[in-house]
Amino acid sequence: MKEQLANIRAQALAAFAAAADSAQLDALRVQYLGKKGELTAVLKMMGKLSPEERPAMGQLANEVRAALEQALEERSTALEAAALEKRLEDEAVDVTIPGKSVKLGHRHPMYIALDEIKEIFIGMGFTVLDGPEIELATYNFDKLNAEEGHPSRDWSDTFYFDTDSRVMLRSQTSPMQVRAMETMPLPIRIIAPGRVYRKDEVDATHSPMFHQVEGMVIDKNVTMADLKGTLNTVVEQLYGKGTKTRFRPHHFPFTEPSCEMDVQCHKCGGVGCPTCKGEGWIELLGAGMIHPHVLEMSGIDPNVYSGWAFGIGLERTAMRRFKIADLRLIFENDVRFLEQF
Amino acid sequence: MNLSRKWLNEFVTVTANDKEFAEAMTLSGSKVETTEDLGAEISNVVVGRLLSMERHPDSDHMWVCQVEVGQAEPIQIVTGAWNIHPGDLMPVALHKSTLPGGKKIEKGKLRGVVSNGMFCGLSELGLDERDFPYAVITPAAILGDYHPLDKDKPSIPADIQPGDKVYGPVVAAEMLEVMPLGDGTFHTCASIGAEGTVCPDTCCPNLHVGDMVAFNTKTNSYCTLSDLHAQQAEFPHCIPDGIFVLREEGIAPGDNIKPIINADDHVVEFEITPNRPDCLSVIGLAREAAATFDQELRLHEPVVKGGAEGSLVELLDVETPDPELCPRYTARMVRNVKIAPSPKWMRERLRSMGVRPINNIVDITNYVMLEYGQPMHAFDYRYVKGGKIIVRRAADGEELTTLDGNVRKLTHNMLVIADDTRAVGLAGIMGGENSEIVDDTVDVVFESANFDGTCIRKAALALGMRTEASAKFEKGLDPLNTLPAVNRACELVELLGAGEVVDGVIDILNHVPQPRILKLEPDRINGLLGTDIPEQEMVEILRKLGFTVEGDQVTVPSWRGDVIGMADLAEEVARFHGYNNIPTTLMRGQTTLGGYSTEEKLERQLGAMCRSLGYDEIITYSFISPTCYDKIRWSADDPRRQSFKILNPLGEDTSIMRTTILPSMLEILTRNYNYRNQSARLYEVGRTYQEGGNDGLAVENKVLSMGAYGEDMDFFTLKGAVEAILNDIRAEDIRFEKPCQNNPSYHPGRCADVYAGGRRLGVLGQIHPLVAQNYGVDAEFYCAELDFTQLLHAKGPDPEYVPLPKFPSVTRDIAVVCDEAVTVGALEEAIRKGAKGLLKEVTLFDIYQGKGIPDGKKSVAFNLVLRSDDRSLTSEEADADVKSILETLEKELGAVLR
Repeated sequence: MKEQLANIRAQALAAFAAAADSAQLDALRVQYLGKKGELTAVLKMMGKLSPEERPAMGQLANEVRAALEQALEERSTALEAAALEKRLEDEAVDVTIPGKSVKLGHRHPMYIALDEIKEIFIGMGFTVLDGPEIELATYNFDKLNAEEGHPSRDWSDTFYFDTDSRVMLRSQTSPMQVRAMETMPLPIRIIAPGRVYRKDEVDATHSPMFHQVEGMVIDKNVTMADLKGTLNTVVEQLYGKGTKTRFRPHHFPFTEPSCEMDVQCHKCGGVGCPTCKGEGWIELLGAGMIHPHVLEMSGIDPNVYSGWAFGIGLERTAMRRFKIADLRLIFENDVRFLEQF
Repeated sequence: MNLSRKWLNEFVTVTANDKEFAEAMTLSGSKVETTEDLGAEISNVVVGRLLSMERHPDSDHMWVCQVEVGQAEPIQIVTGAWNIHPGDLMPVALHKSTLPGGKKIEKGKLRGVVSNGMFCGLSELGLDERDFPYAVITPAAILGDYHPLDKDKPSIPADIQPGDKVYGPVVAAEMLEVMPLGDGTFHTCASIGAEGTVCPDTCCPNLHVGDMVAFNTKTNSYCTLSDLHAQQAEFPHCIPDGIFVLREEGIAPGDNIKPIINADDHVVEFEITPNRPDCLSVIGLAREAAATFDQELRLHEPVVKGGAEGSLVELLDVETPDPELCPRYTARMVRNVKIAPSPKWMRERLRSMGVRPINNIVDITNYVMLEYGQPMHAFDYRYVKGGKIIVRRAADGEELTTLDGNVRKLTHNMLVIADDTRAVGLAGIMGGENSEIVDDTVDVVFESANFDGTCIRKAALALGMRTEASAKFEKGLDPLNTLPAVNRACELVELLGAGEVVDGVIDILNHVPQPRILKLEPDRINGLLGTDIPEQEMVEILRKLGFTVEGDQVTVPSWRGDVIGMADLAEEVARFHGYNNIPTTLMRGQTTLGGYSTEEKLERQLGAMCRSLGYDEIITYSFISPTCYDKIRWSADDPRRQSFKILNPLGEDTSIMRTTILPSMLEILTRNYNYRNQSARLYEVGRTYQEGGNDGLAVENKVLSMGAYGEDMDFFTLKGAVEAILNDIRAEDIRFEKPCQNNPSYHPGRCADVYAGGRRLGVLGQIHPLVAQNYGVDAEFYCAELDFTQLLHAKGPDPEYVPLPKFPSVTRDIAVVCDEAVTVGALEEAIRKGAKGLLKEVTLFDIYQGKGIPDGKKSVAFNLVLRSDDRSLTSEEADADVKSILETLEKELGAVLR
């Protein structure tokens, strides 16, 4: 019997080690350790042993069983690990195959530029205003000091809806200055982006419809130094810290003093190149201190309040921001263009 | 506005180079656009004196010349030109020189003979005969250059001898002697054979000893091409082109050519803002330059000697029946005028400023306009009938032929200069052809007037003839400038010896401008600028600009109509203190809360959602063509066609304001389709413009417009996107219904009205194939139009947390067979109705027609989720609910379990 147990042990261990997979191992488990298994069969013969032999033989049998069970367990773990490894190997994919495409839409580049500007001003406490595009000439011109006879009022420059030149497509966002002054409590800090219209034929730099952002501040003791400081801050946020600017005298009917603001050419750093037409500077926006008469016409006492305003062309800002060479691309809306942004 | 820096320097000394000048002027308010060095392209070109010339040994038309060019030894130059003679001075482009157009000259050999440079003609120096009228060449026809048109039948025999007859009085002559007289004419002698020798003076510069020419014995002159009635091809070298023989005083071999031809001038182009018409003149800019560079401004008071025969009052009478349109009319007269080219210095200055020289009188008017900024006009007195000038409104329909030769039809709103009988000029715009200065003009009237800017502007605009003069008048000129300007013109007449000035001035002053006096308030100026500029600096700046300051009283000069208040004075101070010397400060004062409005927040949310669904943002024009309404199949009487119509559109295509956004989207979809882009998904939040707003303005509604075509695109893909958007804004009770009214733009079977909570938001669906056809497209386009205001109303409240289910749900699938016509919506409604409170979700998962289903029927399958919030459901409870649902489906819609 002792020999039998030793044989079973040796045979079983060899068989376990040779098992190729879990199924074979399971079959071996039944074969050796099952109810009708070989070890069980040997144990069943225990009864025939003498009581003296029995404990020693029992112990031996238990040892064999324990050894076999342990071997089975170990083998089973090894086989499972191998199987898992094989499965993972089988499941491997070509990671260079493109991912399943998720098509996202794109913001129009002009609105990307507008969003940047809006965020900067909102951060400085400005409110974003919206207003009518079909506008009264009173708001677009009269209350902005562009009196009857001002060239911009010509039918060759501005679109009109009536022969009295009373209702028109606004030619600038500046009427929003007047609308804000007439309706909002002081102090005022607003920007007003929107569409404007001028009678320009379509070409690489002109369009009969384009966009501007108007900005205005009215408060007590507002100075031209504030205008410079604020716009410098804006430019640094738009074009990076340390961007150099300069202010040049200019003329707008509704501001006095008026100015234009240039930024130093990003291409040549101010030396002069084709981008800046050799000037070293690129014109960015027009601005100025709100004309006392304009304040007065909107019911604000210029002896108490002062203010500044600016207007910036959005298309040009976007074109510069994204190096878009032709304005027509902005309104063409070719998806191959739109999906670049 | 172009400015000659040489001319500028007559009034103020500025030594800065062009770049420094441009920068400084720009920063003080006179924006410089460009600067140009007129001689930039010319180098190493000097005056040369021709010492001798010999015929080229190897050419029938070239000469080998020895030229003195200011160097130790003369140089040799080979030329093909015929118009030069020993002793002539001419421009010589030396070895390694450059000429306009990037031309480079180097020494070389011409037919084997060394040539160390090139003689220059006018065009090679970038000039023409208007710059140097004396350089015009009238060549004689050289018989040695004769090339018969028909080789077999020459008009002139090749072996013609002196004295042989050419035709009529014309005989062949051989040049014996040619002696330049230094004024462009030549003393010559020629043999005419047996008849002897003739010795005429001539201005033909191409004659040289030994040349055979045609000589007219009757006129005693050598024949030109036209005298011989010959064609150019017969005398190929008989051309009015040759070397520019200089006749300038005080020049010597070796002198740089640039100052002689004014190529040493620099021209600066300014952008002058409309408030500063005074800067449209040399003097105006000189004043700005003097203040900018802190230099003295040297102005000049015109002095007129006068003394011509006659009395101005008797010669000329001026009436201004419309005084409001003609605040001032100033005129003087010049008699015994000798029309001639104006002198070189005047022509050069005009040229530098971009004005073409014409003749002395016309040039003087242009010169004064450039110098003083005061437009001038000169009439031929003999065509001013009755010696009377009337400045009046034109009669409606009156015609006038202007100087440019065009017949202008005038209206009552235009101002004319007329005599007793007819208009002779269009006031402030252009003179009339009928009184133009011509070569035999004897007496001239100079007009220097001040006209109403608006009247001139409107007339110029209506006639489409904006001229240099009208551009100045329309900005409003200084009425005090007319008198010095007309005096300056008369002074120049005398200086040029162009005529005799009649004493006296006619000066009608209908409106006497009063000087404007402002109060100098340094504290307010500093307060506005945010500066601390001392009062003394302000006073100095203002004085430099011509303001008079006494105490706190500032008198504005007459030419500064744009300065009306404290802010204007502040700008003057700021300009010359330097905008860039104003400090930069951050805003103080009460803080304000910035941010987006509710509307803007929704707009941003909708945009973000569209993009996450794969839709690209577009920007479309707000104006469309009226034919767009036809294209989207709106009936002719559709009230929605009522649009704001632009009275002066750029074109029909952009002539009305859209009342619907659909055509804009269709246009962009079509464009992408035509560009062969495989698919497109686009959105825009755009406006429509309806009548009925306040003050006669529009109601400007925003619309969320979506459009798509291509891969994977169908009704349900678009509907899914719309549903996602509506869910994102938490709209409640979303329904899609067949449109209550037939929408002709959409496919009738694939179109739905969109509702949320009983509110109609808009429409979505496939574009009607006929509409697509109208756009020239045979693809399926899908569009949605959702009203922004309605979306704003439909936007749901912020979410409130609902506890997660504690008990498991039971799911059941049911498939029912019903009539084809029963909608899924109706089935779902019946399911919800039949449920007894346990149904949480209904999800369609299959619609089937075909084998096993009778014709006209369909099988629709739903997944039902049932759950109770307070217990685990038993199978029986779920079954009871499902049973009730099935009963309702059968009862209401005849749908039976499959």
